[in-house]
Amino acid sequence: MRHIISLLMANEAGALSRVSGLFSARGYNIESLTVAPTEDPTLSRMTIVTSGSDAIIEQINKQLNKLVDVVSVMDLSDGDHIERELMLVKVRADGADREELKRMTDIFRGRIIDVSDKTYTIELTGAGSKLDKFLLAIDRGLILETVRTGASGIGRGERILKI
Amino acid sequence: MELTGAEITIRCLQEEGVEYVFGYPGGAVLFIYDELFKQEKVKHVLVRHEQAAVHAADGYARSTDKVGVALVTSGPGVTNAVTGIATAYMDSIPMVVISGQVPTSFIGEDAFQEVDAVGITRPCVKHNFLVKDVKDLAVTLKKAFYLAKSGRPGPVLVDIPKDVSNHKTVFEYPSSVNIRSYHPQEKGDASLIKRAAQMLLEARRPMVYAGGGVILSDAAKQLTDLVRLIDAPCTNTLMGLGGYPASDKQFVGMLGMHGTYEANMGMQNCDVLLAVGARFDDRVIGNVAHFNSVPRKIIHIDIDPASISKRVKVDVPLVGDVGSVLTDLVKVLKSSKQKPDAAAHKDWWKQIDEWRSANSLGYKNSSELIKPQFVIETLHKITRGDAYITSDVGQHQMWAAQYYKFDKPRRWINSGGLGTMGFGLPAAMGVQLAHPGAQVACVTGEGSIQMNIQELSTCKQFNLPIKIIALNNRYLGMVRQWQEFFHGNRYSQSYMDALPDFVKVAEAYGHVGILVEKPSDVEGALKEAFARKDELVFLDFRTDSTENVYPMVPGGKGLSEVILAEDL
Repeated sequence: MRHIISLLMANEAGALSRVSGLFSARGYNIESLTVAPTEDPTLSRMTIVTSGSDAIIEQINKQLNKLVDVVSVMDLSDGDHIERELMLVKVRADGADREELKRMTDIFRGRIIDVSDKTYTIELTGAGSKLDKFLLAIDRGLILETVRTGASGIGRGERILKI
Repeated sequence: MELTGAEITIRCLQEEGVEYVFGYPGGAVLFIYDELFKQEKVKHVLVRHEQAAVHAADGYARSTDKVGVALVTSGPGVTNAVTGIATAYMDSIPMVVISGQVPTSFIGEDAFQEVDAVGITRPCVKHNFLVKDVKDLAVTLKKAFYLAKSGRPGPVLVDIPKDVSNHKTVFEYPSSVNIRSYHPQEKGDASLIKRAAQMLLEARRPMVYAGGGVILSDAAKQLTDLVRLIDAPCTNTLMGLGGYPASDKQFVGMLGMHGTYEANMGMQNCDVLLAVGARFDDRVIGNVAHFNSVPRKIIHIDIDPASISKRVKVDVPLVGDVGSVLTDLVKVLKSSKQKPDAAAHKDWWKQIDEWRSANSLGYKNSSELIKPQFVIETLHKITRGDAYITSDVGQHQMWAAQYYKFDKPRRWINSGGLGTMGFGLPAAMGVQLAHPGAQVACVTGEGSIQMNIQELSTCKQFNLPIKIIALNNRYLGMVRQWQEFFHGNRYSQSYMDALPDFVKVAEAYGHVGILVEKPSDVEGALKEAFARKDELVFLDFRTDSTENVYPMVPGGKGLSEVILAEDL
């Protein structure tokens, strides 16, 4: 099953590689991993999307907690949460496609953030599945490049990951 | 007053009460070696290879309750140390390894003797540090010692660039450190301890399975109290030997791949299993599905939550220090009015004794060929079971574990998790330095001993009167055994051709060597060796080359699917 795990860790050189090294050494999946400093500059917050049986997810949580640099771990999938990912897509926007692409961008509540005479760059935010659907909805042959951030997640309401 | 990084390093070691540092000098640690030279409090033991420095620090730590310390230079100094660090990591041994690094301005430039020490060791340390500023040095070393020793112990590496060891700052050694992300749970949950106690009292076929955690936590006494209180058979893992006295009638021997029949059958057939500081690894319970095919309740005490329900699902997880949890558990059991079901226990012990009567460690002695088991039994007799025994890895390790009946903790020093050949001799050096007057024997094979034989030189320099018990069967015995059982007797590269004359090797290093070829000479040779109290004696026992280790649970099989000696 797919899980989205959030963690706070020391904002120190090497901390990221301790986490990614743990996943590769123990053979756990990483679907995506994002990390950036928080409002407290000594802490970074990481969101990892992974998958595995209940036993494996339990081990992932325990092994993450065991890392000395990791301050706090929360499996967001254990409760209500919000998940967002940002995608930038550069498409060939020429002739009749130009109007169609603009229309699809509006339907998906995206924005065109860069325009040239033959291309658009579209910005899209949402759950990963929504971004996937957008890519399926437009003509695949028009896609020049895509870049995605990977998921960031946060608990709903009073579910707070803080030290 | 300001001190250099090198001075600070040595001062920190002094503050930590470090008695010995095992190491090897080189360019990146020259400032630190210079400071070592100027003082006498911390003694340095010069090994002949960095791997041996780490194993020696490891042996020192295992035989005491102290942190072992090794000091190596950058580049090959660190890479040579990695096997030793991984060995300590797998067996949770408290250790601090200090490595030199190229100057900070050179890092990343592929400088001479530069490796990414923190990167290379990351998967096999509890934690590691690169010290980029001398101001951070003292607190980093404090953290290193604290991390190494607390919680589930393990090796910690501190990488110190050469310029940092030469820069100056004001020295202040913190009396304690607080790491906000690190709070090992020492005390067990009271309500879960009550539940565990109730489960143990209601057990009809209880079993206690205790591992290295008992040794690391110095909880042998608490374990013994508990086992007697609940009237259960007790087995030890390879790492746990000595955690429960082997001569006690409730002890059923070691379990696992080469465990006794009664221990493995007891594990498989008990109704309540209490696992103490052990981790259900593959060499212990064999096939997980087979183990799980029989219903039983499992209580698991471990300081590392990640060890609980890792391979086997547990019913009552007791996270905490083994000694603390056992003490609390004993208290609850003693205060309970309920007593174990005497009739059910009687039947259980009857069953255990029936398994015992299979005499799974029985072997046919010979008047022609030296049986390795006989050497170990005689070693036990001559040393009155009171020696420190280190071992290498292979058949000799299993025989030492099976036939030297350990009654005390910290007497059996072996590489259980990583299975590192070449561990025994350097580990024995650390043990002998920690216990100068004690009898220390290294049980080894002609394969393993050659993996760190250069340390005979260190033993000479530091007058370490270790007794080397080489069970020389001219084969990489354990490999040969697997090839006999599972690879159609094709002994691919498992023979030992062109062996040196070990007696001459010992003599060349300034020690005593004795060749033993007849069973009738075994006892005399051992007596002579131990009578030479101030000398290292290398005993080259030419043992039966076809002997196998029994019982054996083949890899991937269940605990009851055992091969006994008479089955073949």
